[in-house]
Parts: sequence; C-alpha cells; structure tokens
Amino acid sequence: MDAALFIMQVLNGLQLGLLLFLVASGLTLVFGIMDFVNLAHASLYMVGAMICASVTFVVDSFLWAIVIALPLTALVGWAVERFVARKLYARDHLDQVLATFGLILVLGTSAHLIWGPQGIAVPLPEWLRGQVTLSETLILPRYRLLIIGAGLSAAGGLFWLVNYTRLGMLIRAGASNRRMASALGVNIEFLFSVVFALGAALAGLAGMLITPITEASLGMGNSIIITAFVVIIVGGIGSMKGAFIAAMLIGMIDTLGRAFLDGFFALFMSLEAAENSAPAVSAMLIYIIMAVVLAFKPAGLFPPKVR
Amino acid sequence: MKYRLLSVAAAAAMAMGHVHAAGVKIGFVTTLTTGGAVIGKDMENAVNLAMEHLGGKAGNVPLEVVFADDGFKPEVGKQSTDRLVKQDNVDFVAGYIWSHVLLASRKSVLDADKFLISANAGPSPMAGKLCHPNFFSTSWQNDQTPMALGEVLNQKGVKSVYIMAPNYAAGKDMVAGVERTFKGKVLGKDLTKWGADAQLDFSAELAKARDSGAEALFVFYPGAAAGAFAKQYHQAGLTKSLPLYSVFTIDAISLPKLQDAKFESVLGSRTTQEWDPSLDNAANKRFVSDFKKKYGHYPSYYGAQSYDAIMLIASAVKATGGNMADKDAVRKALKSANYDSVRGKYTYGNNNFPIQNFYLREVVKDSDGVWTTKVVDTVYRNHQDSYAAECEMK
Repeated sequence: MDAALFIMQVLNGLQLGLLLFLVASGLTLVFGIMDFVNLAHASLYMVGAMICASVTFVVDSFLWAIVIALPLTALVGWAVERFVARKLYARDHLDQVLATFGLILVLGTSAHLIWGPQGIAVPLPEWLRGQVTLSETLILPRYRLLIIGAGLSAAGGLFWLVNYTRLGMLIRAGASNRRMASALGVNIEFLFSVVFALGAALAGLAGMLITPITEASLGMGNSIIITAFVVIIVGGIGSMKGAFIAAMLIGMIDTLGRAFLDGFFALFMSLEAAENSAPAVSAMLIYIIMAVVLAFKPAGLFPPKVR
Repeated sequence: MKYRLLSVAAAAAMAMGHVHAAGVKIGFVTTLTTGGAVIGKDMENAVNLAMEHLGGKAGNVPLEVVFADDGFKPEVGKQSTDRLVKQDNVDFVAGYIWSHVLLASRKSVLDADKFLISANAGPSPMAGKLCHPNFFSTSWQNDQTPMALGEVLNQKGVKSVYIMAPNYAAGKDMVAGVERTFKGKVLGKDLTKWGADAQLDFSAELAKARDSGAEALFVFYPGAAAGAFAKQYHQAGLTKSLPLYSVFTIDAISLPKLQDAKFESVLGSRTTQEWDPSLDNAANKRFVSDFKKKYGHYPSYYGAQSYDAIMLIASAVKATGGNMADKDAVRKALKSANYDSVRGKYTYGNNNFPIQNFYLREVVKDSDGVWTTKVVDTVYRNHQDSYAAECEMK
C-alpha cells in the first residue's frame, strides 16, 4: 500500500466523518437536551439540500444559496418544533418515534409534491470544480477540501457556541437538568426552539454540502440517519465531544474498510473470496464497532456526566 | 331484511365481477418512491403513453393498468406483487427495474399461473435454471449489455480495467458479463452498498481505481446513483487518465442532470444498449416524438422497454380475443412477439428472453442543444444470452 493512497483515503474518511458530525450533533443535542427522539432529523437534511438546490438556480451561485438556505432550513426546524415536537416532550419515546416517523412520511411526500421524484443536480462554480495536486500521485478534488474546511469550521463554531457563550451555557444547563434550569428562570421553551432550529440548520448544512457530490434527492436522508444514530450511540447520547470523536471514528472506519478490506482479506484467503466477502463485511463494520463499544461501555464512549 | 340486503349486495358484487372479467388487468410494479423513483416515473409515463396509443384497448378488449410501488426493496416489491395477484386479481404482472426485486416476486406471480413480463431486470437465474413458460422479458438478460461493452473495450485495444458496480444481483451479473468477453486484465473490483440506503459517495473507490494503474474504468450505476457517480468521476479529474466505459449509467435519466450541472466532458462518452431514441423505425419514431411532446424530455430505455411490455401484452390479448383462460394460446401469442417493438423486430429464445441487436451509442447534443444519445455502431446482431442453454424449456 503506498502512502499517497493512504493519505487520500484518510482525507476521504475525514470528510465523511465531518458530514456525519454535522448530522449527529443536531441529533445528539435534541436527544440529549430535550430527551426527544427525532427520527425526522434526516428529513431536515433532505429539506436543507432541496432548498439549497432550488435557490442555487435562482441566485446562480452555490455559496450564496447556502447562505440563504441555512436560515430557511432553521425555520423549517423551528416550525417542526413548534407544531409537532413541543406537544410530544411529555410523552414517552415510543410516541415520539411514531410521530416523527409520520413526520418523515409527511416531509418526504411534501418534497415529492414540490420537487418531484427526480433529484436535483447542483452545478459548482468553476473555481471549485478542479483538483488540487499536492504531489504526482496525490490529487484531490477541490470541492472535497472545501467540505473538510466547512465541516471543521462548523464543528469549531459549535464548540465555541456551546462552551463559551451564554446561550451555550443555557444549553448545557438544560442538558444537565432541565427542571432546575427552568426553576432558575431560563425560558426552556425558547431554548428548545433554538436548539431544534440549530440542529436543523446543521443537518441541512450537511445535506447542502453533499449535494454537489451526489444530488439533492428524496431518499437521501435514509443513507445517513442510521449511521448518525450509530454515531450518537457510540459517542454517548447528549455528548458533543462524543459525537465528534465517534463521527470521526465511524467515518474513518467506514472509508478505510471500503478502501483496504479486500486487500487485507486477500492476505489470508483467495482473491475471489476476498472480493466477495469484503463488501459485505465493510458494510457491517460500523455496526460491529458499535456492538464492541456497547459491550464495554454501555453508555457510549463519552456519556454526559450529569443526567 | 338483513339477509335480503346481503343477497342484493352479493348479486351486485357478482354482476360487477362479471363486467370486470370482460377486460384484462395488468399490474405494473416499479419504484415510485426513494431515489429509484426517477426510473419508475419514466416507466409509468411510457406505460401511460402506450395505453394512450392503444386507446385503452387491445382489439376490442379493454385494458386496465394498476401501478404498484416496490420501494426499491425486494420484500416490499413482493408484497406489492402479492396484492396485485390476490386482491386486484390481475392477469399480467409487468415492470420490475431491479433484479433482486424481480427474483423475490417471481413466485407470487408464477405460482398463481399468471403471466410475468419483465420490462427491465434480467437476472441470470431467471434466464437459466429458473426459466418459466409464463415469464417473458422485453429487455435483456443482465450480462448481455456489459458483454457487448467488453467487445468494445477489446476493439479499442484496452488492456486493463478497474470495475465498480453495486453489490446486488444485477451488479454481479454486469461484472460477470464484462469479464466474460473482455480479454485484458481486471486490476481491481469494488462492489458497493445498494438499495434504499445505497452508498453514493465513491471517494474511496475512485482513489483506489486511480491507484490501480488500470487503463480504463468500467462501471454500472443505474438511476440516481449514475448522476452522483459521473459527477465525482469528473470532480476527481479522472476523465483523461482513466477513461470511463459504462452500462446503464449515462442515459436519459442522468443526462438532463449532468447537463444542468454542466459536465461537458460527458459528451462523446459511449455505452452499449439494445435500444436508442435514434433507432430508425416507425414505432420508435412515434414513441420518441409523442413521449417528448407529452413529458418534455427524451424517454430512457426503461421507458422504451415498458412501452414494449404493454404492447407485447396487448398483442397477446388481441390475438386471443381477451380469453385469459386459454393459457396455452396466450403463451403462444406472447412467444411470437408479434408486435411493433420500438427496438425493431426481435424473436424469443427458448428461455423467453429476446434475441436481439446491441448497439454502441454515443452522447451527443441534439439540434435543440439537449444532451442525448445516438447509435454509432452495431456490436452484436441477434445476440442470445449465455444462460439459455441452462434453461430446460425447448
């Protein structure tokens, strides 16, 4: 195995991990702070991508479209919180799962009616289309580097928000003890709305970033939501730090598994057997990791200290 | 009183049942939700156009089509098929984009002694050991199109390829097909996750393909995955160093999106297929121009094969006067393929798969600047699939 290929695959893993973190951070915030299971989180990922794709064709610039689509997606998140989620906080998780599953169908069908079944492809600006040549064998698509950059800044921004601002302090207080925070005069309803909208915007951003690589399409949330749940379970539900580290871990393992597992298997079995078994095993790999983590740390790698 | 009401209702139901029996019902299973719906929509449109061209009738027997969704999943496809067979009591079940869905659903139709017409999927077992007198295809056996592409690679003098395909029944058939005819070396192979949560980010695989040192890249990514794959292939800057040869990937489904996203380098790329909008026959001209008029874009081969499926069924219904009880007569009529297929005349082999031509087609701009394909060469004439010998039917 040569070094250039390995570095490239690590960067690919980093990119996947960052996208996973953007989706998982919102999920873990909502789950950790409000104790609310939101299966429809993936629909917000899809809605964000769809809005951004449509806006791209109106303003003729992908980057401006992101700037416009982010608050719109947050608005959708806010509406979901205000009209659906808020009524369900006092109910048990099963009711929430049922309601948010219904929400997936509602949002999916609405998107089908608005945008039709075909996905939307988004053109990239000229300067993002090329490649960056780091060495003769190390050539990276520019846009992938942009995703890594955007993902890292979003993660950094979130870290700052949660740890160094008043809002972040309230969020942490709400996560530790909702009743106590409320008794101290924190407007919990408002806080929940903000957190939900923030989670929606982050998921939407992930959807927007992936769109020029794949496309904005109806089922796009399916592929990421299950992995995002794996991330928050491995990381410890409600923990930002856990979500970040678990997202990186899962992103790396998934990418490196896809990249190198067949070569690794070929060391001790026939090439044909390796080629047949590697795809199956690499698809299972993240779940195997989850099972191992849960066997040793049932609350995940970094469970929040106070629950 | 109650009994009288019941018996009236029963009589009414029987009368209605009688009216129904005069017509012929066709169930059509395709993907109407998830990312696969882009293909399903094209098929649905083509079926509706076929019904319009037929005036809703075969001879003077009224036809009715009932659509059902497979949700891109074998188990959902089987449920939909069961419902069509048992509740809707259809006479034919047609459609099926995906090989794994067709394989899961076939028994529901065939065990009920109904007719099954695949408008796309052509899994190898159903051409070989699982062939059945009530099953017909209006498409191809999966291996054939990539086999034709393998020949194209040989003609071009390509010595080595890297292969990428989704990990499901058809993906494996496609790989087997190209490996059967391609004479050079296969330097690497990736089978990626497929289904409603399919893998659409191919960064790891493309990096491996570049690193393999292969002369060309062979892929099979149908439907929504095609656009995603093509974009990443271009973004990775592989167009010059690793030329792309694909089947069922660069087509009327993905081209409009690639044009929207301005991937100019896809122009000129070549694929193999049994049908093309530029094929010169009366049925095809009518199909393509009316389809474009009605839906505003080119039909895909999925649409063409679905149109043919309805026309094939209509020809058999017409030939038997709508008498579905005489199964032998229906089978005989289907087997004769006595209708104007949009791909031109073809015949059925012993396994009820078409013996037909395969063309090399190139991506071009039409006179309106719309990206489409045209035929540049004929790779195979009257080609029969490789599994026909394994089929026990004579």
